[in-house]
Amino acid sequence: MSSIALPRLRTRDQRESLRPFALATPLLLLLFFSFGAPIAALLSRAVYEPTIANALPRAIAALKQDSGAGVPDEPVFLAFAADLKEAQAQGSVQEFAKSLNTRLSGARSQVLRIARNAGQEQATSKEAMIKASPLLGEPRFWAAIREGANRFTSFFLLSAFDLRWTDQGTIGAVPADQAVFVRVFGRTFLIATVVTLSTLALAFPLAYLMTNLRPAIAGIVLVLVLLPFWTSILVRTAAWTVILQKYGLLNDLLLWLGLTSQRLELMYSRTGLIIAMTHIQLPFTLLPIYSVMRSVPPSQLRAAQSLGAQPFTAFWRVYLPQVMPGVLAGCLLTFILCLGYYITPVLIGGASDQLISNFIANYVNAELNWEMAAALSFVLLASTLGLYVTMTRFFGLDLFKMG
Amino acid sequence: MVSTTQDSTARSGLAAGPNLASPSRGSPLDDRAEPAEGRDASAATATRSDNSTRSARSRDETFVEFIDVEKMYGDFQAVKRLRLTVGRGEFLTFLGPSGSGKTTTLNMLAGFERPSQGVITLAGKSVDRLPPYERNIGMVFQNYALFPHMSVEQNVAFPLSVRKTPKADIAPRVRRALEMVRLEQFKHRKPAQLSGGQQQRVALARALVFEPTLVLMDEPLGALDKKLREHMQIELKQIHEMLGVTMVCVTHDQTEALTMSDRVAVFDHGAVVQIGTPHGLYNEPATEFVASFIGENNALDGVVESVGAGQCLVALPGGLKATALSIGDIRPGGPVRLTIRPERIALSAGGGPTDNSHQATVDDRIYHGDHQRLLARLANGQVLTVKVGPEMAAATNETVDLFWSSTDCRAFPASAVADGNQPSIGRAS
Ligand SMILES: Nc1ncnc2c1ncn2[C@@H]1O[C@H](COP(=O)(O)OP(=O)(O)OP(=O)(O)O)[C@@H](O)[C@H]1O
Ligand SMILES: [Mg+2]
Repeated sequence: MSSIALPRLRTRDQRESLRPFALATPLLLLLFFSFGAPIAALLSRAVYEPTIANALPRAIAALKQDSGAGVPDEPVFLAFAADLKEAQAQGSVQEFAKSLNTRLSGARSQVLRIARNAGQEQATSKEAMIKASPLLGEPRFWAAIREGANRFTSFFLLSAFDLRWTDQGTIGAVPADQAVFVRVFGRTFLIATVVTLSTLALAFPLAYLMTNLRPAIAGIVLVLVLLPFWTSILVRTAAWTVILQKYGLLNDLLLWLGLTSQRLELMYSRTGLIIAMTHIQLPFTLLPIYSVMRSVPPSQLRAAQSLGAQPFTAFWRVYLPQVMPGVLAGCLLTFILCLGYYITPVLIGGASDQLISNFIANYVNAELNWEMAAALSFVLLASTLGLYVTMTRFFGLDLFKMG
Repeated sequence: MVSTTQDSTARSGLAAGPNLASPSRGSPLDDRAEPAEGRDASAATATRSDNSTRSARSRDETFVEFIDVEKMYGDFQAVKRLRLTVGRGEFLTFLGPSGSGKTTTLNMLAGFERPSQGVITLAGKSVDRLPPYERNIGMVFQNYALFPHMSVEQNVAFPLSVRKTPKADIAPRVRRALEMVRLEQFKHRKPAQLSGGQQQRVALARALVFEPTLVLMDEPLGALDKKLREHMQIELKQIHEMLGVTMVCVTHDQTEALTMSDRVAVFDHGAVVQIGTPHGLYNEPATEFVASFIGENNALDGVVESVGAGQCLVALPGGLKATALSIGDIRPGGPVRLTIRPERIALSAGGGPTDNSHQATVDDRIYHGDHQRLLARLANGQVLTVKVGPEMAAATNETVDLFWSSTDCRAFPASAVADGNQPSIGRAS
């Protein structure tokens, strides 16, 4: 009897567990088409870059025949010239030049000139071509071409870590004057950490105070904390520029109080950036902590004390472990949001305090180098996910279970 | 064990009054026949710093003492002039309706609240400046307050580990405590994985494991269902007897109070209106409030016709008459309320004195399994509940005779009914 009843029972269970998904189907579809798919498409550009391979079919075929590394033999040169001629004719040479330029800065103008020449006269020989454009005689040019021949590339991801393939085919550091991203990531993580810790330092005591206030007063405090939420982040940031300016409110106040003897440069400085970001992020850290603190009954601390625990022991061994999920959730939220800050660093941060998002935006908007933007975004996303997984693994924190 | 009333005038009011059913009892407030002077003397010495003159017995009897303790919340007086003692090894229950100040009193003893007035002593020493964690009092909270992030074992080990008990001692003591509440096999579970009754027992083990001299429990069984509650009442009582620890328990369930306690202190509006053994409270309530709060009681309102030796004759509406014990300030012509327990009303003039007898018609008969309740309507229209045996078979509208002894019928001044929060006996003298 049970052998028959059991499978039927299970299908029913499965149907029931699928039902919530069925209800969420429209949302899931929306998320997929408007969020998941574009992000996947964009991120794929970090590793898939077919421009060079598409532009140079003949040269790449010839390169495959060519034996050595370094500068190839004459057939490759002739095939390269033919490819460029065709690209010039089809108008795709600009795109190719730009793509090559991201791998080999300065290559763009030379490539365009070669292409113009190739369109006018028949290429003669390797020597003539090298003579006309010396770049063709350099091994690094051909290294870039060989790399670009591969539609799947690790170039951009390596670049995001200031690494590259050397001419010898090993991974090495890029020249010091081109190394930026490790520093930018470091700065981004540092500022996110500092902001997270400062919001925690402010939010934890505040949340504790709010849980112990009378409900009416706690409500007022909560509104005060949430008030900034009701204005856009742009307005809030602009307000901070008013406050932080050299002749702004904060400097006036500090001077008036006699805390400082001269006006501080808070605008366009890291201090100002951290102050503004801390203010904007405070509710994000506070709310999860507050909601968890409110769920810990006051009798917990009383019980600990009645069992002989001094106030600090009671706090450390009974209270803190119970509010830890809220603390971690709040900190994680703020940290992750800080990694993506864009407008505040632009308006308040100094030129040397731009965060990774500013670089991503710059690649997308100004340099039209979507591959680099995708690679940086990918690293950012991966580190965020890595952080989340670490948190859930080691602290047993489950954001999905948080109320 | 000794009891102190919350108000010394209460006793004198009573002492003037009744001729009590049992000659062995001193007063309804205190069923140990002990001269009042002796008690006053011991109370006086308790406040003295020099305890050496006190006998071992009186020290045991005033293990915990509330001396004129008051608690104000703003203008609101939550506890009024409380005088109360708890003997060593005693099981005392605070019983009272919601908001009567039981938890507040318990919290002052535990150290979570400070009295606005008065002194609380523990083993002869004032605990006024002692924080909760230095009082060595075990406490069981109403919702148990188990630590959700710790296993059962860690919960029970907590009071030992914060006391820096050597590690080697902790494990066996935790094991013994868990064995006592029969939960050894659950020691690795988290509190959320236990049933309500199991959680309650963990809380108990945790409050007992560090061998406190005093254990406080605030409605320890309030969250359990009826059957489990009755089981735990017996278990608590057994643990109390086994360990000999002093226990103070808060409840608003009168059955629970009667089942478990050596003595019960009845709270009403922030004051103790009566304190005594369950037997004493049930049979000799000192006020109309206690009479109606503990157990079931029939109430009849009337006017005093004449007052005799501890008894009075009361005229009920409709020309009926009843004799009753005078409790408190009973004067001829004054309004009174008579109370009589359903099980003290008999349908035959058989066993014992039955100097009251009335005719009544049966309104209804309610079957309870082991007994039945008759709703009997007197000639004047008042309805009395009568507890009868399960085999009694009276039809509706049948006429029956009701008999009761005047010693089972208590007359309280009706003014006490009008403002029931004041113990009328306190104002008698
Ligand atoms: N912190 C407080 N502030 C103001 N009033 C309070 C406070 N705590 C208790 N009270 C009041 O004191 C009175 C006694 O409260 P208490 O908690 O002692 O009642 P209780 O007898 O334990 O009642 P219950 O059976 O409902 O638990 C109540 O009227 C309550 O409103
Ligand atoms: Mg209470």
